[in-house]
Amino acid sequence: MWVDTTLVFLALSSLLLLGSSRLSRCVRIVAFQGVLLGVLTMAVAQHDPSLRTIFFALAIVALKGVGFPWLLSRVLRESEVHREVDPLVGYIVSMLLGTLTLALSFWLSARLPLPAPPLSSLVVPVAFFTTLAGLFLIVTRRAALTQVLAYLVLENGIYVFGVGLVHGTPMVVELGILLDVFVAVFVMGIAIFHINREFDHIDTEQLTILRDWTP
Amino acid sequence: MYLLLVAIGILCLSGLVASAVGRSSRWATACGAGGVVVAALIGIVPSVAAVLGATPQSIRLAWSVPYGAFFVEVDALSGFFLVVIFTVCPIAAVWGSAYLLQHHGKKSLGPPWFFFNVLIASMALVVVARNGVLFLVAWEVMALASFFLVTFDDDDEGVRDAGWIYLVATHLGTAFLLVLFLLLGEHASSLDFDRFLASPERASVLFLLAVCGFGTKAGLLPFHVWLPEAHSAAPSHVSAVMSGVMIKIGIYGLIRMLTILGPPPAWWGWLLVAAGLSSGIYGVVFALAQHDLKRLLAYSSVENVGIIVLGLGVGVVGLDAGQPTVATLGFAGALLHILNHALFKGLLFLGVGAVAHSTGTRELDQLGGLLKRMPVTGAAFVVGAVAIAALPPLNGFVGEWLIYFAAFNGIAAPGRDTATAVLSAIGGLALIGGLVAAGFTKVFGIVFLGEPRSRSAERAAEPALVMRAAMLALAAGCVFVGCFAPVVVAALVPVVRVATGLPADAVAQHLGEASRLLRWFVAAAAALVATSVLILFLRRWLLSRRDVGAAPTWDCGYAAPTPRMQYTSSSFSQPLTELFTFLLQTRHRGSALKGLLPDPTALATAAPDLLADGMYRPLFDLLGRGLRSVRWVQHGRVHVYVLYIAITLLVLLVWKLG
Repeated sequence: MWVDTTLVFLALSSLLLLGSSRLSRCVRIVAFQGVLLGVLTMAVAQHDPSLRTIFFALAIVALKGVGFPWLLSRVLRESEVHREVDPLVGYIVSMLLGTLTLALSFWLSARLPLPAPPLSSLVVPVAFFTTLAGLFLIVTRRAALTQVLAYLVLENGIYVFGVGLVHGTPMVVELGILLDVFVAVFVMGIAIFHINREFDHIDTEQLTILRDWTP
Repeated sequence: MYLLLVAIGILCLSGLVASAVGRSSRWATACGAGGVVVAALIGIVPSVAAVLGATPQSIRLAWSVPYGAFFVEVDALSGFFLVVIFTVCPIAAVWGSAYLLQHHGKKSLGPPWFFFNVLIASMALVVVARNGVLFLVAWEVMALASFFLVTFDDDDEGVRDAGWIYLVATHLGTAFLLVLFLLLGEHASSLDFDRFLASPERASVLFLLAVCGFGTKAGLLPFHVWLPEAHSAAPSHVSAVMSGVMIKIGIYGLIRMLTILGPPPAWWGWLLVAAGLSSGIYGVVFALAQHDLKRLLAYSSVENVGIIVLGLGVGVVGLDAGQPTVATLGFAGALLHILNHALFKGLLFLGVGAVAHSTGTRELDQLGGLLKRMPVTGAAFVVGAVAIAALPPLNGFVGEWLIYFAAFNGIAAPGRDTATAVLSAIGGLALIGGLVAAGFTKVFGIVFLGEPRSRSAERAAEPALVMRAAMLALAAGCVFVGCFAPVVVAALVPVVRVATGLPADAVAQHLGEASRLLRWFVAAAAALVATSVLILFLRRWLLSRRDVGAAPTWDCGYAAPTPRMQYTSSSFSQPLTELFTFLLQTRHRGSALKGLLPDPTALATAAPDLLADGMYRPLFDLLGRGLRSVRWVQHGRVHVYVLYIAITLLVLLVWKLG
């Protein structure tokens, strides 16, 4: 019950993210997703929440729900960019494609052979959808900040997959992944900050000169 | 076995330490060179034991890589190559320790020592690896380490280009090997060498893949183009290791594959004979036309690899014709020539390095008269030159003599085809031998005899003591193998047995026969040396009571000769290079002399590589033009790159699940 509700909220928030242009709102949605993940972690083990589950859920909420959003809104303030200007795919189209992706995810998940039945029939499609939505955002949005958010969404999808399918992943592994994500976001936040200071914009479209081959 | 792993460990560790203390040139050199010497002293013990026929020892450890296993084994064949590695490399390291210190303060010496030690460790690992994944990993480490060594002087554009050519060539070679191991592994459903099965229908494809892949590393025609570039760009001790040892690892791969692929059909032997002959003749002809000492030696390496492959070819022809004598002697000759070439080519590269170090140039036409200024280097160099020209009583003769002996044994074999193959081998080997003798007469004559052709040659002096010691050690190795040829040949029995797969007593019998004949040759050589010494004493005795006048060399009857009147490298080899105009296509620049009192004029000749210019450059240009049309794929927009990945993933998912 709790699990399904959280998963539905997660899918909806991803859809909402696809249709949002204000960056501060995007950050808030991703923060909400972080809190949802914490809830999901607890909900999966609702019968006997061990100390380690509680600790881990709190760590996720603290990092993904509070830490990253705080860091990113700071970058947002510094860079004085408020809206995603001129995305490569418009918001309405994005949401339409998002719905299509959701359908594709359900189709795929029905065919994916799994070693053990998942906790809920929603786990796999939502995990797929969140991952693909993250990828979609990375591809279509231009502001470097949105790309960091999109990366977080993608990672959230992977996490859902893991927590819903594999029961009792060693804590060390989970913490290790969390630490990885933390470092990644931290580095990206700093990088955006410096890119902004150097070039007065965070538009990734204009960073093409970094390719190997120049004509 | 464990000693060998300890040696490899010491090599890696000392390389790491050397790169960590790279800021201090002296410490880095001490760690790097010291590590190589200690590792070689430890590693040579199990290697020699394996060559002498100790039971093969193996270690198999699980490895998490799919199909991978840390499976290593030291049999006689591996041991033989380990002996080559652990003999030449420490000497080159000692030489390099003095050579690299000239960069003291200008360049960090950590990286070159790190890569040098890693190169040696990876070569040792390649020859003992018995798992495809392990083999390829070690093979790639070897290629990359040598690439970083080649590009040591990376502020020179020519060196960067050479490194680039080498990198492309070595990876193309590895591509063949990848397919080879995939096919072998698919058939055997394992990548361990002992599980590989000979499959007659596929063996020929596998053999061709092995010849292309390992031939690229060995510098076999037509895959040799990287060799002159890389060898002339690398520091000399690296060239010595690359030319003396690393390219032989390619030959090792070829021999190992021959042992895996089962009984060879006759055409494999003919292919090897043809490839060996063309490499040998092509290499020596281009060596004759070079003006740059290191390029010349590199072409000579192409020629020597040709001789080695020729020996293998004769051996394979013998195996197919059911002639154990021919097979045994052919393989033994090839193997012995591997050791010999490692010794004398290492020596020659170190000698050329000493000359370049002392005079600052590798141009033949800038040198001259160095024997008086660098007597020890000159003496060592002449030993190397005589050895490479396969003149008795040195080691070069022994290896080639075994191949001749094998080929002469094959003439009497039934079947016209065998006779044709071995007769062409004899003729080709004779031609190569003559041209090599001419080529190295030219090198020694132009560089060490006569008068200095430039100011820098005039000011040349002997290099540091350790450099001289290293060259003398290699020269001593050449003399040793030459003088103890019967013993050395007899000691090859276990190695040849593994390489040919023939029964031990047959191999021992045929090699024993060769060994007995070689005793006569050693006796003749001893007589020759004794006579020479006697004549020397006689001369001294005769001259002791007379006035001895000294006159300039290269007088040529002129009243006031200048060093510029001497033969140049091109004029010395011109009669021979004229014969091979169709191959060399030497470009002459300059005008002919006109009239009775001609104006000053200049002449320059150049012989660029025929295959590099005529085949590879057009091919790669065409490839580049063709691929330019898909360059828009790489536009620099990172999120579209992510799109590529996303689409690939989705398509794969839908395809696999749909």
